[in-house]
Amino acid sequence: MSAAMRPPPRRTALQWARTNLFATPLDAGLTVILSLGAAWLAWSLIDWAVLQATFTGESRSACKGSGACWALVTARWPQLFTGFYPEGHRWRVAAATLLLLMAAAPFAMRHAKAWTYLLAPAGIVLAFMVMGGAHVLPGVPSEYWGGVFLNLLIGVTGAIFALPIGVLLALGRRSNLPIVKALSVGFIEIVRGVPLITLLFMASVMLPLFMPTGVTLSRLMRALVVITLFEAAYMAEGVRGGLQATPDGQREAAKALGLGPVRTTLLVVLPQALRIAIPALVNSFIGLFKDTTLVFVIGLLEVTGVARQALADYAWQGKDVEAFAFIAAVFWVVCFAMSRFAAALERAPKVKPVQEPA
Amino acid sequence: MSSPAIQAQAVHKWFGQLHVLRGVSLDVAAGEKVVVLGPSGSGKSTFIRCLNGLEAYEEGRVLIAGADLKGPKKEAEAARRKTGMVFQAFNLFPHLTVLENCTLAPIWVRKVPRKQAEEEAMALLERVRIAEQARKHPAQLSGGQQQRAAIARALAMQPEIMLFDEPTSSLDPEMVGEVLQVMTELALGGMTMVVVTHEMGFARQVADRVAFMDAGEIVEIAPPEQFFTAPQQARTREFLSKIL
Ligand SMILES: Nc1ncnc2c1ncn2[C@@H]1O[C@H](COP(=O)(O)OP(=O)(O)OP(=O)(O)O)[C@@H](O)[C@H]1O
Ligand SMILES: [Mg+2]
Repeated sequence: MSAAMRPPPRRTALQWARTNLFATPLDAGLTVILSLGAAWLAWSLIDWAVLQATFTGESRSACKGSGACWALVTARWPQLFTGFYPEGHRWRVAAATLLLLMAAAPFAMRHAKAWTYLLAPAGIVLAFMVMGGAHVLPGVPSEYWGGVFLNLLIGVTGAIFALPIGVLLALGRRSNLPIVKALSVGFIEIVRGVPLITLLFMASVMLPLFMPTGVTLSRLMRALVVITLFEAAYMAEGVRGGLQATPDGQREAAKALGLGPVRTTLLVVLPQALRIAIPALVNSFIGLFKDTTLVFVIGLLEVTGVARQALADYAWQGKDVEAFAFIAAVFWVVCFAMSRFAAALERAPKVKPVQEPA
Repeated sequence: MSSPAIQAQAVHKWFGQLHVLRGVSLDVAAGEKVVVLGPSGSGKSTFIRCLNGLEAYEEGRVLIAGADLKGPKKEAEAARRKTGMVFQAFNLFPHLTVLENCTLAPIWVRKVPRKQAEEEAMALLERVRIAEQARKHPAQLSGGQQQRAAIARALAMQPEIMLFDEPTSSLDPEMVGEVLQVMTELALGGMTMVVVTHEMGFARQVADRVAFMDAGEIVEIAPPEQFFTAPQQARTREFLSKIL
């Protein structure tokens, strides 16, 4: 066996540790100190969150130990997840959540067929119908919807409707028509330069002014309109990056084959541009989902709103840390899942696996 | 008597201030093969791209089988459809399989049913000898295979004229032959071809005429025998002395 063919020597964990952690006395010292620190932190956290914690109870007086008072979360979990949705109808919230996840599924799959993306708006409309009643089930106005579900609803709806608008804005920004271009650039730059919270405030006052008389928009709808447009402006920039990174040769080849500008864009340029834009898009999805906590400013009871209400209750006063730690954990799980999905999408080979003829 | 496949008449083209094509005229008969040579920057790519509307020209006329590229929309569209183009950089669509590359335009532009488009595409891939690669994506193919796939893709639109812009220039030397082989077969099949290339062997063997471009003009055009053995123009002789 020649030297070139020999497999590289296997490195044991011990060897790895020696070269990476204990190479010099300074390295060794830092390794020891940092691991002790990390272990101490982890232990204190487990001690507080699990070992000394109280998990059930009717009020904070049930929490005798020195640990966390999760009784707040367990006592209020229906509100934290569903807001003030009527008790006997909470299954509808679960059903709507499933519909939302179904709507988002094609975006998390590697090789979703084009038609499956149509499930997205359909899933969202169905979720709204299940929640609202649609004259079939008893009606529940959106004022009663809330909790984590509301964050999910606003996040998923905003993301799914913002994507096509963002694509149009990105295309508009590269358009040869001066008016289209100016409008796109103007919209993107204005929206991106303003805090979301101010837009939400303004929308709650100004959107009704644009509505024909007699039409009223629920607060939820106003929030959805604002968040969708806000998100679209961010996505437009991500998509624009993808469009710029798609070589001109692609457009030329499409044109030489006789594909017109619309088909060239839809069939050749966008599929490539969107793939390049995945990291930027996921980044803004994650930002959007966290931003859904801001809708409390126009009086919607998303999960932080529910938590604030609970904390205002005498029974739970002072348990802010537990309430917000719980919310942080919920958001972290969702956002981390999104980022893992995105990483898998990016890593997916540009190609479907090929079956070699036997 | 049908009109020539290509009639370019005194075509002028500017890139801003830069006068890139200075009155280029060229008639190509149906079934004729013309090879275009010339130094870098002489306007070869620009000219060949003017023949299928990828590049707009400011003056002159280009007729494809009698149809004016600047005529009414329908006529211009018809003219453009008659040409297929093969690029130096292949420009295959990376998100589609080789087969999908070859069926995209037939399905969407020629409105051929998918099944028929796939059958036609498979026949073409067979012809360029990469049928077994049909389900792969371009990135999984060698350069030579990619360029042959690109030729099949262009042929799938059933063009009467094929334009090649340095089709072998970005290939590793050992892959040049397989692409030239396919082009030679295409030529033998009677296709009208305009080929920008530095492959002198191909020019000698396949071309009916060789054109030499320099500084935006066709300086000399002649059958290969005469072009290579007895060039008339000093600029042609100088160019040939450098490359031969
Ligand atoms: N899009 C463009 N904008 C401005 N100038 C251009 C553009 N494309 C080409 N040119 C210029 O036009 C001239 C002719 O270019 P062209 O690509 O046609 O040359 P070529 O003969 O194909 O050269 P090569 O052998 O290097 O491919 C060159 O001076 C080039 O710099
Ligand atoms: Mg060129």
